Amino acid sequence: MTLGLLSQYVFNGLMLGMIYAMVAVGFTLFFGVLDVIKFSHGDVLMVGAFTGLATYIGLQAIGIDAPLAQLLIMALVASLSMALLGALIAKYLVLPLRLAPPLNTLLITLMLGSVLRESVRLFYPQGSNPKPFPRLLPGDSLSFGSFTLRADSMILLLTGFAAIVAVHLVITRTRLGLAIRAVAQDAETARIMGINFEFIVLLTFAIGSGMAALGGLMNGLYYNEINFGIGLLLGVIGFSAAVLGGLGNIYGAILGGFLFSALQSLGAVALPAMFPGTSTAYKDVFAFAVVIVFMAWRPTGLIAEKKSERV
Amino acid sequence: MKRLISAQSSFPALASTAALTLFAVAFLHAESQTAVMGLTAGAILAVLLLAHFGWNTFAAASFAAHGGRAQASVLLGVLVVTAAFYDNHFPLLMLASVLLYVVVCLGLNLQFGYAGVVNFAGAAFFGIGCYTSAVLTNLTALPHLLVVLAGGLVAAGIGSLLILPVLRTYGHYAALITIAFGILFRVFLEVNDTLGGPQGMKVPGMEILGWKLNDGLRLGELELSFYVNYVLLSLAMAAVAFTLVRRLERSWIGLALDAVRLDETACAAFGIGVARWKIAAFTLGNFLGGLAGAVYAMMTGFVAPNSFTFGDSLILVSIVILGGIGNPWGLTVATAIVLILPEKLQFIQEYRLLLYAALVILILLFRPDGLMPRQVRNYFPGGKA
Repeated sequence: MTLGLLSQYVFNGLMLGMIYAMVAVGFTLFFGVLDVIKFSHGDVLMVGAFTGLATYIGLQAIGIDAPLAQLLIMALVASLSMALLGALIAKYLVLPLRLAPPLNTLLITLMLGSVLRESVRLFYPQGSNPKPFPRLLPGDSLSFGSFTLRADSMILLLTGFAAIVAVHLVITRTRLGLAIRAVAQDAETARIMGINFEFIVLLTFAIGSGMAALGGLMNGLYYNEINFGIGLLLGVIGFSAAVLGGLGNIYGAILGGFLFSALQSLGAVALPAMFPGTSTAYKDVFAFAVVIVFMAWRPTGLIAEKKSERV
Repeated sequence: MKRLISAQSSFPALASTAALTLFAVAFLHAESQTAVMGLTAGAILAVLLLAHFGWNTFAAASFAAHGGRAQASVLLGVLVVTAAFYDNHFPLLMLASVLLYVVVCLGLNLQFGYAGVVNFAGAAFFGIGCYTSAVLTNLTALPHLLVVLAGGLVAAGIGSLLILPVLRTYGHYAALITIAFGILFRVFLEVNDTLGGPQGMKVPGMEILGWKLNDGLRLGELELSFYVNYVLLSLAMAAVAFTLVRRLERSWIGLALDAVRLDETACAAFGIGVARWKIAAFTLGNFLGGLAGAVYAMMTGFVAPNSFTFGDSLILVSIVILGGIGNPWGLTVATAIVLILPEKLQFIQEYRLLLYAALVILILLFRPDGLMPRQVRNYFPGGKA
């Protein structure tokens, strides 16, 4: 394999890893504040991508056709509406089940994911077909031998990085972030200290879901196509990534995201090389198998969740 | 009403079964959409009305108190329905599918309901059974009864690969393992050319000791649909699995499983092997799933990856939740509702996943114990639980 091809693989892997990391950060945020898994996260991402697409069509109809303006408005509309959706989910589905077994929260959000997925399939015009996603980023590219650096991928990569850094800064450097961390550490004490628990939870869900919407747009811009089913796989991958890294830890989520995409790339490259005749389509089988084996070795991920049980 | 019918009487259980049998015949017989809708609405109304008068509690208590008689009456009810549609393919196929799915859900119930081991790959283990029977019947001359057994064993065997990660993890981490496995399985089937890829494989009909199940039966002048064979076989399987699960629940094993679910630490302190019972429940549950899958594949004559998606696993889980987690009776009713309703109400077919998902959300929010909550064990007085 030439160096050029190798760097192409690495770059594509980085791109995917960034999207996975954005999803995983959401999972980890929710787990941090409430110790719950909101499994509908991937489907929220998909709805975000569709909201972006619908916004684009609306903008075309009213005659705004500068790509930059379109992009900004799409990102704004998609992330704000998904932030709202995330907060609503938290308020009406997740918080009421706080005292129920954790399995119930997982189930209710799994089912909500199905509701979102099916709603888009059934009620979005021709929602069951894949939709072309507009190419709004500049299509320039630089070639280094067999390695092509596309400007749009570069922009996406940087945007994702900026979004993750921004969330990280909010959580570590602001008063709001302090409140979020306080709730994550001990909800009851945080309440006594005068932190509005419900508000912080809703806000955290809003931040995570807005980020998922951004991830959905990036996914659409990268593949130039979206369909109603992307959320399920991305959700499971994001969840795996968050778990690989260790739930509740933002660095773990980022690490996990890149690790998962590295596994996929490895599966795509190494499997056909080792066993001639196997298709690269086995990459997901390989990646998930490694995740399962990994879980047997490190049951709570790379950066282990601190857990103590009082009996 | 309380004085007229005591909860110890078997009358409420028998009456409910008789009414359900009549309803099932009428429902499966109804052709027009209005008739089906009318019957559905009538049934919902009747159940609500009866619930208002406290009948459901009586019936549930009676079912629990008279396990043997109630089971016999349900068996009889299924036979009556089969006899009513003796030459009609479609209702019989539905009936056999419901019975096989009951077996699968009983397995899931052991895992979710008793031992508290989460399994979001129910459809995958069912699928392993299906594909095992497809491969073995096509490539070997193994007797088909052994093929069915092999389906169960392979499902349990592949499931045992997951035991270590499932035992080492807890809560959400454990859920991820089965979810990842379910998706892995589906992707594997789609890209594997030996197993037919996305097109799937054909499966020959079942043959037990020279008795070809795909040939119609003949009773004197009557010509029976060949699905009668499969209904009888599935009924036998469902009855055995049901009795097994009920017996397990009532025995000390059931108590141990419940204890494992409710408090692992306390269990370990009292000398109940947490790992042992989790493994037992997980393996037995997967075995049941594989068993049912192997028969299902031979009955439908065809397997394809699209029948074993994550969505299908979720439908299986919703059946267990809808029925009332840990209650085999509730699960049987829920399986029938979930499988038959969309087939009869065609306009639902397209929306079925949406509807089930919404229904499960409502149940989890407002009635977390399910439609028929599990009855508390009652060893004394009476000695029957």
